Amino acid sequence: MSFEVLNPGMLTLIQDIGRLGYQHIGVTTGGPMDEHAFLWANRLLNNPLSAAQLEITFGRLSLLAHSDTSIAITGADLGARINNQGVQPWQTYEIKQGDRIDFSMPVSGLRAYLAVSGGLRPPLKLGSCATVSREKLGGLDGQGSKLQTGDRIPLGTPQKTPRASVPYSEIPDYRKPLRLGVIPGYQYPHFPRSERTRFFSGEYEVSQNIDRMGYRLAGAAIQCDLDGIISEGIAYGAIQIPADGQPIVLMKDRQTIGGYPKIGSLSALGAGQLAQRGPGASVSFYPVDVADAEARRMIFNRRLRDGAPGIGK
Amino acid sequence: MRIEPVNESTCIVYFGDRICDETAGLVKQATDIIRATLSDVITDLVPSYTSVLVCYDLERIDRFDIRSRLRKALKQTPVAAKDELSSQTLELPVYYGPEVALDMEDVCEFSGLSVEEVIRIHSEQTYRVYAIGFSPGFAFLGSTDPRIAIPRKSTPRLKVPVGSVGIAGTQTAIYPSATPGGWQIVGRTPSKMIDWDSESLALAQIGDRVKFRSIARDEFVSLGGQLDEL
Repeated sequence: MSFEVLNPGMLTLIQDIGRLGYQHIGVTTGGPMDEHAFLWANRLLNNPLSAAQLEITFGRLSLLAHSDTSIAITGADLGARINNQGVQPWQTYEIKQGDRIDFSMPVSGLRAYLAVSGGLRPPLKLGSCATVSREKLGGLDGQGSKLQTGDRIPLGTPQKTPRASVPYSEIPDYRKPLRLGVIPGYQYPHFPRSERTRFFSGEYEVSQNIDRMGYRLAGAAIQCDLDGIISEGIAYGAIQIPADGQPIVLMKDRQTIGGYPKIGSLSALGAGQLAQRGPGASVSFYPVDVADAEARRMIFNRRLRDGAPGIGK
Repeated sequence: MRIEPVNESTCIVYFGDRICDETAGLVKQATDIIRATLSDVITDLVPSYTSVLVCYDLERIDRFDIRSRLRKALKQTPVAAKDELSSQTLELPVYYGPEVALDMEDVCEFSGLSVEEVIRIHSEQTYRVYAIGFSPGFAFLGSTDPRIAIPRKSTPRLKVPVGSVGIAGTQTAIYPSATPGGWQIVGRTPSKMIDWDSESLALAQIGDRVKFRSIARDEFVSLGGQLDEL
């Protein structure tokens, strides 16, 4: 049971929920840039929530199915087609041997997720197949390679799954200007009041410098009282302010420790929404209490558990 | 000890405000205790010079309970002797020869010392692993003797060869993989700092002591050291 890669597109990576438990030796987690879309894709198919999927950045991926199975597509609308018929994300689809799945260009969002019933079954490195190219870990070869033409992606045994789609209320609009809650933390007390005000009232633009390690934003420069700090662990979604004052949001492939001051952190769900934005998109921030971020995540987890009409609990 | 929230599934515990042996000992001890007592709810731990970042599973524990469990687990008064017992001392062979000591001339110029003196000073003391990060297995060792504490290069190298031993101010480290880097390279070890197929993965763990042993070219080569890679 496999999918054959006819064209890998710009950047298609195998990702599971991430390589957890090795940050103390400097190994980053990797994992899906947008957890919301990733988790829903597995949920639609009744897969384990951590099951491996394809993360398709920007599109141009073409696959040939060598067996019958079900798939779910979530996240960005990258103009997906099955046998040349346009299909919408946030739904499951039946796939027959010989079917072709193609992605073209972003219509909205940047990263699509393609989950397969039973999950992808690449080899595991340190307990995970999450691809982190910089660390040469994960992926089909275990060496951190992105998908290549001719690759055969091993698939799990498909389960019988009913047709299912994500509830409408859970489908984000990636074209909307983004307002993200920031949990003040880390060196927040060392940012003067005027700098905090500037940060929370300003509008930032997603720059050209975005990758799986970090998102560099452009806008009003923020200054901290501290030049550098004693290096410390960097949380997913932490917002680093380097000397030039332009914020960098640390994403899934971030370094585990760093010495730049940080004004706070996004929630994982917030960072995932940012990951769907490309250069030029507008982002602004507002302060939130950690209690609020926790409550929102618990609500999301509940909705995910509840699933959608047709999906078993 | 200060416990501060970071986001909905992370908090950070600070043990001090400056880099010193005592704080490093507390960090190591806390890391071991948290790993031993909170493994049911912890997803990752990131110890560093003065802090431990604690990542937890929100499906299993919330921000109140993680705080109280951390407080309870870390309440025991630190025993300095225990720290000494549980950390190992690693002896790492290093070849300081001219083919691999890419920045030795600059270090000599900075310090006004001869090559032999720089090697002696770098290899005669015992260092402590204060933090691991930057890349897998990259151990930040401290503290370098002030006489050879040369700052980083103004322009980093695009690729530092595997095993290179570098100095950056009061820190010294070994590059476990070929990465870009700006540390001043004074030698190279044939030892594998990171090995995905070994049990421990990383040769050096936080809190360990490290001592360098100056070796000749022949021994470097016979231990599997590579000279040609650049």
